[in-house]
Amino acid sequence: MTDLEPIIAENPFFRDFSKEHIAEFVGCAKNVAFQNGEHIFREGGPASFFYIVRHGSVALDVFIPGKGPVTILTIEPGEPIGWSWLIPPHKWHFDARCIGTVRALALDGNCLKAKCENDPEFGYRLMSRITQIMEGRLTATIIQMLDIYGKQ
Amino acid sequence: MASNKALTQPAAVRDPMEPHPFVIERFYRETTDTFSLHLESADPLFTLNFKPGQFNMVYVFGVGEVPISISSDPGNPKVLIHTTREVGVVTRAMHKLKVGQMVGLRGPYGTSWPIDEAKLHDVVLVAGGIGLAPLRPCLYHILAHREQYGRVVLLYGTRSPEDIIFVKELGKWRSLFDLDVLITVDRATEDWRGVVGVVTRLIPRAPFDPGETVAMVCGPEIMMRFSVQELIQRGVPIDNIYVSLERNMKCGVGHCGHCQLRGEFVCKDGPVYRYSKIEPLFNEREL
Repeated sequence: MTDLEPIIAENPFFRDFSKEHIAEFVGCAKNVAFQNGEHIFREGGPASFFYIVRHGSVALDVFIPGKGPVTILTIEPGEPIGWSWLIPPHKWHFDARCIGTVRALALDGNCLKAKCENDPEFGYRLMSRITQIMEGRLTATIIQMLDIYGKQ
Repeated sequence: MASNKALTQPAAVRDPMEPHPFVIERFYRETTDTFSLHLESADPLFTLNFKPGQFNMVYVFGVGEVPISISSDPGNPKVLIHTTREVGVVTRAMHKLKVGQMVGLRGPYGTSWPIDEAKLHDVVLVAGGIGLAPLRPCLYHILAHREQYGRVVLLYGTRSPEDIIFVKELGKWRSLFDLDVLITVDRATEDWRGVVGVVTRLIPRAPFDPGETVAMVCGPEIMMRFSVQELIQRGVPIDNIYVSLERNMKCGVGHCGHCQLRGEFVCKDGPVYRYSKIEPLFNEREL
């Protein structure tokens, strides 16, 4: 387990966490790898983990009937995927498809939620971090919806 | 006699509003609604030298004139390329022209990208959609004088993979070891293996030293606004950020006032501006 500590500590997602809190993450984390084209999760499936991409890219796809899967975002190394583990009904809203070989950290949502309950400071810091990510994604989605390249 | 003298124009002085005839040597369709015209002067002795970022007024005879940035290599001014989208009467008529037909050119007009100020700095070019066209001459210049610049990064965003212009050249640039090219699209199907998301998402992870960077941003204004915010957040000094504005340019020489933005004539004082100079105008509504 201890060899995950430097990997987690170096990842930008965990930049502002203390050593003690990094250790809490280590207790809920494991390394995972996926093949090109493999799905990490699919829309509607149970969301019990969240992932931090370490290598490769992950496409978030929405299936449009009559058109097939459309990629709305790619997640690049250092970025997290998914907060559905946190929000009921804990089901994924998208498909997550690997582009090339993907290595990632998988963090057990139930394990993290239990640690948040036991340590409110840890919980507050984790929620703050996830909120930052959500805000960034929301802003990017708004810009995407504005179709910013449409006129010139 | 004095009044006659004043009315007599020396033969060597050309009316700045008179276009030079140029022949269409090549027509190239970039995307479904974007095309490039490769033009050569009908007068072999005439060369229209330009700086990266400048534009010409392109005249479709009998239809009208439009301002279009020059997208070709400033090191080879014998061939001028203008890349534009079919959006109005003139560009639609332009799109119907054939190789061998002529257009009129007036120019070059306006300010240029800060290629001298950027020397010894890292350079980040952020392009959105057809905004890559006015930045291409800048990239040509930098690549031709590569030793004078630090790290060079091109960040390019379009709506979809089908909207990417200069596809072959982007492929060539991506293979260069001393140029980082990151491309993103707003949405894609499964066969696209690149990045999906808005161009601003590329800025935090692009390889450059923000404190030592000159950034040049070109695209629709809303795209430039968000890109500038992200560049500032990354730590690029506001004085090192340049944008290219597009307004309703008509005369090209600051006389008619069609492109006036408060005290600025975009055709003459722009189109390339240091962002800090026009920040108040850039964020002002109802202009």
